Amino acid sequence: MRLERRLWQALGMALLAAVAFLWATPFLWTLVAAFRPEGAGSARMASLMPDTPQTLENIRNALESGAFGLYYVNTFIVVVGVLAVQCVTVSLAGYAFARLRFPGRDVLFYVFLMQLMLVPPALIVPNLRTIVDLGLYDTLPGAMAPYFASAFGTFLMRQTFLALPRDFEEAAAIDGAPWWAIVWYVLLPMAQPGLVAFAIVSVTAHWNEFLWPLMVINDPAKHTLTIGLAAFTRGAEGGKEWGVLAAGTLLVMAPLAVVFVAFQRRFVDSFVFSGVKG
Amino acid sequence: MSLAGTTGILEGVDRGPVVVPRRRPRRRSYLPYALLAPSLLFLGLFTYLPVVRVIVESLYDHPHGTGAVTATFVGLGNYTKVLADPAFRQAALNNLVYALGTLIPTLALALAFALAVQRSSRFSAVLRTVFFFPSLVPLVAAASLFFFIFLPGIGLLDYYLAKIGVSGPNWLGDSDIALWSVIGLTVWKNAGYYMLFYIAGLQNIPRDTIEAALIDGANAWQRLRYVILPALLPTTSFVVVIALINLLTSVDHVIVLTRGGPSNATNLLLYYIFQAAHENFEIGKAAAATLLSVVVLLAISLASMRIMSRGSHHEA
Repeated sequence: MRLERRLWQALGMALLAAVAFLWATPFLWTLVAAFRPEGAGSARMASLMPDTPQTLENIRNALESGAFGLYYVNTFIVVVGVLAVQCVTVSLAGYAFARLRFPGRDVLFYVFLMQLMLVPPALIVPNLRTIVDLGLYDTLPGAMAPYFASAFGTFLMRQTFLALPRDFEEAAAIDGAPWWAIVWYVLLPMAQPGLVAFAIVSVTAHWNEFLWPLMVINDPAKHTLTIGLAAFTRGAEGGKEWGVLAAGTLLVMAPLAVVFVAFQRRFVDSFVFSGVKG
Repeated sequence: MSLAGTTGILEGVDRGPVVVPRRRPRRRSYLPYALLAPSLLFLGLFTYLPVVRVIVESLYDHPHGTGAVTATFVGLGNYTKVLADPAFRQAALNNLVYALGTLIPTLALALAFALAVQRSSRFSAVLRTVFFFPSLVPLVAAASLFFFIFLPGIGLLDYYLAKIGVSGPNWLGDSDIALWSVIGLTVWKNAGYYMLFYIAGLQNIPRDTIEAALIDGANAWQRLRYVILPALLPTTSFVVVIALINLLTSVDHVIVLTRGGPSNATNLLLYYIFQAAHENFEIGKAAAATLLSVVVLLAISLASMRIMSRGSHHEA
């Protein structure tokens, strides 16, 4: 009986390991193919066995022919720009909803809530016309603007502020500190975990974003990583530069992957919370 | 933690934060609105104005996107045109197949993964990372990878299928199969993300409930069917909603892999909208299609809010 149980357990583990291997296969292939020398021949391109000697040639080719260096800079600007503005808007709004009472608060809360359903990707067509009207077409700010307000971030900060004790603020208020000093010196330092969680979700979302920047940006010099990779993939369609394509994909995925491995727990917690964002 | 956070948001509307009104000086009365103003400005510009815009634009004919000057009022003309367009009907049908075809296996796998890796051990931690990882990479990057995986003959899939003597179909070129290939990619990409919610949900099930079932002699299947699944109902309804919204609003992989082809077999609603606006410059049609999909999104969300608020009452 106990032996049988153990056997089943071992079988289950083996099955699980097999599924996990299958799940990881696309990434394993990327790693192997990105460092595979070109001479290996396209028939063996799909093999998961690493070839020797390894080469950095594919990475170099991707960086040069795909202008990935430039895409990194553009993506970085978009991601940081969005996050910087969001931090201001969500902290202020989160504070207002958490700590102040005012007429229309509940209605305004629903006004925010709607953004969780009317997600920006659904509104790309009218938003593009607004961006054109604002003179932001073909600019990086145009790629950022629809995300400057974040219902998800506002709720997250509201929850974070609500969970903080009021004693510190009250002490500061008695000392005559104005509201902005209370937010900046008292609340925000304590709300750091909330901000970090929001930052992780925001950075991941905008690092990975594709459709909206594709619509807003025309100038190849302003392309982001995902646009560059898509063009690159379609370019490789006819050719056989699979190693270079794998290298390009690796370049796009690597930064987030590295940060993820370093801060796994935080990532997972933030993403669980982020479900609200959809 | 997740569901505490999410349902908490809805609860908060009724309850409201605890405030001490008599300490609040009167001169601050404009402050709340000033604090909300930046967010409201952007919400107005990019969430509410666009809805108004699509309603107006969908009522006009805009020849080749020349702008409002030459636009003529056509009433519901764009809607009849869109609804009569075979490509739109195909896209709507595809999106339905895509949504259900992705949702069911994704949820089943997410739950299976969560059950398999919920215990904390080194092995589980590694597996969790492996299953979650695809949801961290851009959909475009996933599409690039699967572009090679699905490549006829020399691609990863055909290469290894050939080793066991199977010759695969043309994964992306065959119009009967292409949509299912796209579904396969999406399941791979999303299952690990929803797994996180199920792990959190499983942790919220009180241990005594499961132990009680054990003492009553329930086997593994009975425990799953009668204890765990009912307890996970709030998690499931929540995940269904975010998954459906996601399945209606992301088409990056379609753009990279198939461009809606072959012969519209992988055309999805948002891709149809994208094409109408970005490639064919049919503003009226794109606006009408956008409004139709917004209505679907709102219907899903409102239905879910009903279900979720009911679910949280059950929990409490």
